Amino acid sequence: MASETKKVLFGPVVDNNPIALQILGICSALAVTSNLNTTVTMCIALTTVTAFSNFFISCIRKQIPSSIRIIVQMAIIASLVIVVDQFLKAYAYAISKQLSVFVGLIITNCIVMGRAEAFAMKNPPIPSLLDGIGNGLGYSAVLLSVGVVRELFGAGKLFGIEILATVNDGGWYVPNGLLLLPPSAFFLIGLLIWALRSAKPEQVEKPEFSMAPQSKALAH
Amino acid sequence: MSSNDSTGKTLLVASLLCIVCSIVVSTAAVALKGEQVKNKLLDKNKNILAAAGMLEEGKSIQEIFEQRLEVKLVNLDTGEYLTEETATEEWQKAALENPVAYDQRKAAKTKGQNEILGGSEDIASIKRQAQYATVYLAKNKSGEVETIILPVHGYGLWSTLYGFLALETDATTVVGLGFYEHGETPGLGGEVDNPKWKSMWPGKEVFDDEGDVAIRLVKGSVDPKAANVEHKVDGLAGATLTSNGVTNLLQFWLGENGFGQYLAKVKEQGV
Repeated sequence: MASETKKVLFGPVVDNNPIALQILGICSALAVTSNLNTTVTMCIALTTVTAFSNFFISCIRKQIPSSIRIIVQMAIIASLVIVVDQFLKAYAYAISKQLSVFVGLIITNCIVMGRAEAFAMKNPPIPSLLDGIGNGLGYSAVLLSVGVVRELFGAGKLFGIEILATVNDGGWYVPNGLLLLPPSAFFLIGLLIWALRSAKPEQVEKPEFSMAPQSKALAH
Repeated sequence: MSSNDSTGKTLLVASLLCIVCSIVVSTAAVALKGEQVKNKLLDKNKNILAAAGMLEEGKSIQEIFEQRLEVKLVNLDTGEYLTEETATEEWQKAALENPVAYDQRKAAKTKGQNEILGGSEDIASIKRQAQYATVYLAKNKSGEVETIILPVHGYGLWSTLYGFLALETDATTVVGLGFYEHGETPGLGGEVDNPKWKSMWPGKEVFDDEGDVAIRLVKGSVDPKAANVEHKVDGLAGATLTSNGVTNLLQFWLGENGFGQYLAKVKEQGV
């Protein structure tokens, strides 16, 4: 049982990472990783929402009519997201301003929906809660590593504290502005997936089709 | 499990879920409302004080705001303050009673409280504008007004930039400029938030000797030996459109459709 719990909780961090393996939730990973303050807040928000939506959905899974199950899941997720958003506005106003629409967009984050549908609908509440936390941690692991690279090399800072003195402020480091723009997160996540799959070749997907061999030239 | 899919059960689950969810959401919204409104106001006040360089370590924003700032409303057409005599309509009286609560952005969208701007007037691309604007008068320790803080906004490249411009009582010397809300490109136009760029503003003069708006951003750096250095500020590198936007919004708000009338009055008669 203990190893089962561990698998549910920590499996999604490396072995079954929602971003790196399942390629879910990329959009917010691009948007909120340009500095670590917003990244951390987003990670906490998403982990909370995934954990509790999994928990509540699992609690009522035996009562949900299958014809409206997606709507039921959405309603629960949306309510939780609004509550989290309200909390951020009340207690972390500056950060919630930077996150703007992305907290609201957790509603459509594929990780939350995906875990609700794939795990919480079939498992009891406590494992579902752990699965939600685990996937939140997996998402956080990727976001934080992307966030560290982007903020450190894009702005010379970590958590807004200067690490590399930039030229603009009279230092020596010429920041790489590209890292502050969303496409850089795409490259970083791509590199991360490459590294992860090189280390763990079993994560490489089987090709869906194989290329036809090139036809020989007709001329003799 | 098949009984779950009957119409009755479906409706029951759906309505129960709606009720529970709406109770949870509305409880959270109502319970946290007070805190949120406070935060919003605090954030705005902080930006007002930051523009005028009045933030002090260890002193609460609210404290400085209440001790040193006076909030007044100005009629942008005439440049006069809103007073008990001129406040005829209900919303004007309410605004006079509690000027801090007057929402200029909302007024700009409300019929009867706004003006639609025509093509050539609208250099800041804001389309509509409130009749009355808030001004913040900052006082020094002995109670004399030393800084006038004006809310300004206008379109940059991607977004409307909202900020505050602080002027000395001669109505031309800049004390500071800061934006508190914008969506410009990080690292390029977003550098309007860069403290080093902001530090170039104090001491600049917005009007020339004829009283025309002269302040503008130039491409590249300002040559300190060039003529009219006091009217020029470095443009933002790699952000021509944001720089133009900042120039335009200053031209607009200091011009006759903005605070022009008011500032002319201040220059003649004092605050």
